[in-house]
Amino acid sequence: MTERFLLSEKPIDEAAVAALVASPGAGALVTFVGRVRARSRGHDVDLLEYEAYPEMVEGVFHQIAGEVHERFEVAAIAIHHRTGTLRVGDTSVVIAVAAEHRPAAFDACRYAIDRLKQITPIWKKEHGPDGASWVDERP
Amino acid sequence: MHVTVRLFASHREAAGVREIVVDLPAGARAVDALAACRRTHPALPSTNSGVAFAINRAFAGPDTVLADGDELAVLPPVAGG
Repeated sequence: MTERFLLSEKPIDEAAVAALVASPGAGALVTFVGRVRARSRGHDVDLLEYEAYPEMVEGVFHQIAGEVHERFEVAAIAIHHRTGTLRVGDTSVVIAVAAEHRPAAFDACRYAIDRLKQITPIWKKEHGPDGASWVDERP
Repeated sequence: MHVTVRLFASHREAAGVREIVVDLPAGARAVDALAACRRTHPALPSTNSGVAFAINRAFAGPDTVLADGDELAVLPPVAGG
């Protein structure tokens, strides 16, 4: 696995994503790991069904990385996202950011996950004992 | 002109198909293509609220004019992460 920006049906290895951005000059390496929660919006969740516009997702990840490099002093960023059916506790997304110092790494990682949730063409349907519904996270 | 409209998530389920090819007059915009889809697939959500568009895999505004052969993606509110 060598792609920094990836949409995959296979489980994500957090350490492997971090290794993609690590370098001798980067003294800070921040990873964000998103996992499937057991409860959402007041309902129990058994599994999440992710759907993506796969031909566009990796381009959007490149766009987010470009925005990150414009705004923060970071050395490298990697973004991997799952698609398909995930269960509670499964990892849905990993973002790894390497920077010389920790403030930029933390800030950039936060920015990247917020932007990912805002613009990436990925959807999820929650399945639980109360039924199934598509998630709409608009504020 | 012909435009291929890609549907996802709630739109895909409502329409029962992943894509619809629509025949549009010259000058038609992204929103016009979605309106054309609603005429043939009336179960599609009737609101444009929260819907974004991408043309040939790049984000585009709702009033962007389409060209023959374009792929228009209708993106309901996203929920990645």
